[in-house]
Amino acid sequence: MIAVANEGVQLTTDILVLGGGPAGAWAAITAAESGAAVVLADKGRMGTSGATAAVNTAVIDVAPFSASRRQVLKRRLERGLGLARADWIESMVDETHLQLGRLATWGYEFPIDDRGQTYRGHLRGPDYMQTLRRRLHGLRVKLLEHSPALGLLMSDGEVAGGRGVARSGEPWTVRAGAVVVATGGCAFMSKALGTYGLTGDGLLMAAETGAVLSGMEFSGQYGVCHVAATVTKNLIYDWATFTDESGRKLEGEDIFELLARNLPLGPVYAIIDKATPAIQEGLRRGQSNIFLPLDRQGIDPFRQRFPVTLCYEGTVRGVGGLRIDAQGATSVPGLYAAGDAASREAIVGAVSGGGGPNSTWAIASGSWAGRSAATHAARLGRNANERKADPVECAGAPRESAIAPEDAASSISAAQAEMFPLERNFTRDEGTIRDSLHRLDATWRALLTARHVHQDRRLLCRSREAVAMLATARWIYASALKRRETRGIHRRRDHPKLSPAQSWRLEVGGFDRIIVEPAR
Amino acid sequence: MIELISANRCIKCDACVAACPDNVFDARPGELPIIARLDDCQTCFLCELYCPADALYVSPFKDLREQVDEQALIARGLLGSYRRALGWRGLKAGGTAGDLSHRLAEPDGTPHQS
Repeated sequence: MIAVANEGVQLTTDILVLGGGPAGAWAAITAAESGAAVVLADKGRMGTSGATAAVNTAVIDVAPFSASRRQVLKRRLERGLGLARADWIESMVDETHLQLGRLATWGYEFPIDDRGQTYRGHLRGPDYMQTLRRRLHGLRVKLLEHSPALGLLMSDGEVAGGRGVARSGEPWTVRAGAVVVATGGCAFMSKALGTYGLTGDGLLMAAETGAVLSGMEFSGQYGVCHVAATVTKNLIYDWATFTDESGRKLEGEDIFELLARNLPLGPVYAIIDKATPAIQEGLRRGQSNIFLPLDRQGIDPFRQRFPVTLCYEGTVRGVGGLRIDAQGATSVPGLYAAGDAASREAIVGAVSGGGGPNSTWAIASGSWAGRSAATHAARLGRNANERKADPVECAGAPRESAIAPEDAASSISAAQAEMFPLERNFTRDEGTIRDSLHRLDATWRALLTARHVHQDRRLLCRSREAVAMLATARWIYASALKRRETRGIHRRRDHPKLSPAQSWRLEVGGFDRIIVEPAR
Repeated sequence: MIELISANRCIKCDACVAACPDNVFDARPGELPIIARLDDCQTCFLCELYCPADALYVSPFKDLREQVDEQALIARGLLGSYRRALGWRGLKAGGTAGDLSHRLAEPDGTPHQS
């Protein structure tokens, strides 16, 4: 046993939740309500961490047996392009409908709409997360904050806890009957709003235990953003007109395709000129963060055009993640996943879940994972934490040594250089994918021989983030290579049509050698 | 990026240090927090939202440094503007009851992006 494991914070609990965004919070809440003792560890602060805290999000709130519920089901199945599943969508919206009702009882004030009814189809991120935080306190969930997780513990083939190092440099270890990974997706530090901490850490830790991922090829996802800013909020552009430098109007059904086609040719501008005064007020008084970068530059978006770009959002608003079953269980015993860390193929198929679907999924999948993890821990009984548990071997670099900061930074830049360019990732072809994989594989091999720094444990977090992003980039392109068709947000220039014969999921895993296999 | 911690306004409560999801600030006993890792600032505006003294200013630019002048920001009403837009007061969140996002919903009442 390495000495570090015997230092710092040592806790035993029933459930360890990694990640304090909505999915992790709902997992912790439902596990605690099932009677489990819960520790929630977060890289930042529970309440500001993750893609939801910095934004506002739609959520699907439809009552059982309602026309809206039927409409949502129909629409999601059509948009899912053959990969979404009715039973999962139904379970998701029904679970979420119940949980949103409870959110109101914990103090979240929903508005009254113009018809005089309570409107629960939208959540204001910072307030929503504060409400969940209060609920966690009420349930006596122990929070470990500013405490990045670095890896999992295993006992005889089962996940039995996690470990990490706080920002202060103090190590922590939590022995648990089960672990829920709710660390979000991976946006490769593009600075798309709220996503900077979402670097695929949970995907890495879970894959190190042998967990399988799925849907990673559905990741050609970008958000519309002012060229110099971070607020990637696509909603507002439904009322926009796009123009080029000369003022010529740019046309296109899909705003993402319009931008991806025109941005390589020169600057593209947007003006929100189709919003009626009522919509303008709705945006101002519902989506005020959209206006922060604009107001602060003195831009009136309803009257002035402003330059926009596409900012990469990776698997956060893409689809792929850990494969889970309808109980939130991964392919490894004792390990559960929720939210954007899990694959969302069953609810959105091949298209982005950004906005309503992902936030709805976070509530539902978090609730499923929390309950299932609590059941698993209860079945293990009291002696669960007397099991012999060992840290899982780390991929890419030895466990207790960080890559030197300059090596971590260059690895991250190398991953970004393959993931951000529109001509590599918005659309793809066999040539660009092979070429990217070739360079990413070389960077991965270089990591194994990189200089290591032993003395400062605070460097371990960035080091593991670099490894996680490289691994995620390789899973994405290895999957993209195997899917020889265009479907949703996997767009192949060399295979521009959907191929009904490929209506399978692609499962992916492994590190030094990546394996991709179709599954139904 | 975070560009200003106002020495005139800061009450040294370290709420921004705790609120930052990305470990940008360092607390210093008895002194103002410092911006220790500016490159890690993701321009999410949350430190500003959590500052009960309206002492912080996050410039909208993610990569470009912006020279800011505190008096000019005050004159433009920008210190604390995100908090006021949401309806947060002091350390208390609030204002969701006035959220008009339902205007952006589809005619059947389901959210616009569902």
